[in-house]
Amino acid sequence: MTIPQTPNSFRTGPDERGHFGLYGGRFVAETLMPLVLALERAYAEAKADPAFKAEMDGHLATYVGRPSPLYFAERLTTHLGGAKIYLKREDLNHTGAHKVNNVLGQIMLARRMGKPRIIAETGAGMHGVATATLCAKFGLDCIVYMGAVDVERQQPNVLRMKALGAEVRPVTSGSATLKDAMNEALRDWVTNVRDTFYCIGTVAGPHPYPMMVRDFQSVIGIEAKAQMQAVEGRLPDSLIACVGGGSNAMGLFHPFLDDASVEIYGVEAAGHGIASGEHAASITGGRPGVLHGNRTYLLMDGDGQIEEAHSISAGLDYPGIGPEHSWLHDIGRVTYLSATDEEALDAFKLCSRLEGIIPALEPAHALAKAVEIAPKKPKDHLMVINLSGRGDKDLDSVARHLGGQF
Amino acid sequence: MTTRIDNRFSALRQQGRAGLVTFVTAGDPDEKTSLAILQALPGAGADLIELGMPFSDPMADGPTIQASSQRALKHGQTLAKTLAMVRSFRANDDATPIVLMGYFNPIYVYGVARFLADAKAAGVDGLIVVDLPPEEDDEFCGPALAAGVSFVRLLTPTTDEKRLPVALENTSGFVYYVSITGVTGTATPDFEAVGKAVAAVKAKTPLPVAVGFGVRTAADAAAIARNADAVVVGSAVVGAVEASLDEAERATERTVPAVAALVRELASGVRGARTADAAPGAK
Repeated sequence: MTIPQTPNSFRTGPDERGHFGLYGGRFVAETLMPLVLALERAYAEAKADPAFKAEMDGHLATYVGRPSPLYFAERLTTHLGGAKIYLKREDLNHTGAHKVNNVLGQIMLARRMGKPRIIAETGAGMHGVATATLCAKFGLDCIVYMGAVDVERQQPNVLRMKALGAEVRPVTSGSATLKDAMNEALRDWVTNVRDTFYCIGTVAGPHPYPMMVRDFQSVIGIEAKAQMQAVEGRLPDSLIACVGGGSNAMGLFHPFLDDASVEIYGVEAAGHGIASGEHAASITGGRPGVLHGNRTYLLMDGDGQIEEAHSISAGLDYPGIGPEHSWLHDIGRVTYLSATDEEALDAFKLCSRLEGIIPALEPAHALAKAVEIAPKKPKDHLMVINLSGRGDKDLDSVARHLGGQF
Repeated sequence: MTTRIDNRFSALRQQGRAGLVTFVTAGDPDEKTSLAILQALPGAGADLIELGMPFSDPMADGPTIQASSQRALKHGQTLAKTLAMVRSFRANDDATPIVLMGYFNPIYVYGVARFLADAKAAGVDGLIVVDLPPEEDDEFCGPALAAGVSFVRLLTPTTDEKRLPVALENTSGFVYYVSITGVTGTATPDFEAVGKAVAAVKAKTPLPVAVGFGVRTAADAAAIARNADAVVVGSAVVGAVEASLDEAERATERTVPAVAALVRELASGVRGARTADAAPGAK
């Protein structure tokens, strides 16, 4: 493979056809193509409309609770003995994760487009909860597709969605996890083309979704940059975020991509270990293919059949990754690492005990790599970890894994 | 260069009737039975054959075809084996066109150039790749046409007047009109609306128009066959395979005859469509 040339800017993608280098695109059925094109037009118009941004900023401030704090994790810093660690507290958003940033943008777009029926896929349930929440706020019908396996392991979120008035449809086809929920949401969309808006939860899917979701999530990185400037008077030296589809990571990373001094790390879920074959690390353990509307790194067999992902974290349990991450990997701007279930559990305990913050299992993967990297850095190294969600939803499964002993 | 697809449609025109296109999933329920089904289709009245390339994540398919893909994959079906099936079929039948239908990823992983060379050598006449709209023509449609394999485009109720020329531009062999918005085998089409849509497409292209998705019975097939050049039946045929299996989802002695019997019935509906006085499927 030829090494792609380093561009003048890492922030100009995608091209007009939705490509980030080799990745991205619009690999959807003809029935959906006019809808995807209509969405692209509507988003371009909204983006150019100051009233759209003003309304969104208002909801972000008073409903979501932004800006989220950039918190200096003093005891974690002392414990690790190296880099000065800051946590970007996306767990403090209304609904408990970064997902709401994107959902707010898409729901406002759905309203603009006159679509009264919202569908979404969800893995851990955080995107489903955020979608159900905003549909309740704006009086829209909400149907959430969720793998039957995930319905079992994320009961608290299923109950939250139901309490918010959403219909949760368990998906039993295929492996009954996130990828199958996405298949089922696409089947719904292709059937209900006139009145339905598909609210995708991550930086994947056909163009314009990867770009649009990234834009809505970029508030994370924009805030972090300003906050770090305010407290430390300069840019951070490194960023770390977990990557399933990769929306929280892309939201933090994107505003920093052209700041060459900033090291950027994405952390995939290594499950039982990459060598075991049971993991969810598409970049570390997969190769390029086409699924769910885009070309990207995927977990698959030699015949191109998609394989099941494995992770203790339902939110990272997806056999693909957003196409922009694939490009950033190939071009070398972002370093992709992976953390195992065990490493994530250790970091989960560490953060809970030292900081009084129970992280979701997803960002516990980012914390796990910070535990490795921070001690090797000097004390004036400024590190930002995206704490993308809170861990309440995971307490049952963590307790089960730890045999009831925290 | 005339192709098997061209020859078959011109023969149908001479006979003054529409054609029957039957869809089966390659390797469902197993490789051997699937080949036997394939070989039985022309004799039972299938004019063209659509052969599904199984995929783990068939986003455009309803439960029946999803299940057939799972059965085939469970029994070890691969793209290479699907091409081998076509090769075996061609040993005894050099006239019935075979169109492979599926999703792009297995082809992409196999390698576009290698796949096209192998498909052509095996006797494949056309390709339908559900997740490749005209916007992605550089990926596969262009190379397929250059290799002399027809690329059959899906047109849908959402393909409006403005988009129709875009969708027709690189289509060859025939065009496939999807009669419903939805996945395969889940809804019954509105026959009147389909008739109008077919007429609108035919006004823009000299290519034959086949209609499918949701056509289940001989009466449905007859209703479609009055205006369309061909009728595609998929889920109903795959459903006949499914219904004939034993509890462990293995083929039984009923499997091949059950499929052939259904195809004979569908063929009689299609063949009688333009001569029958009554309009059995019209609503």
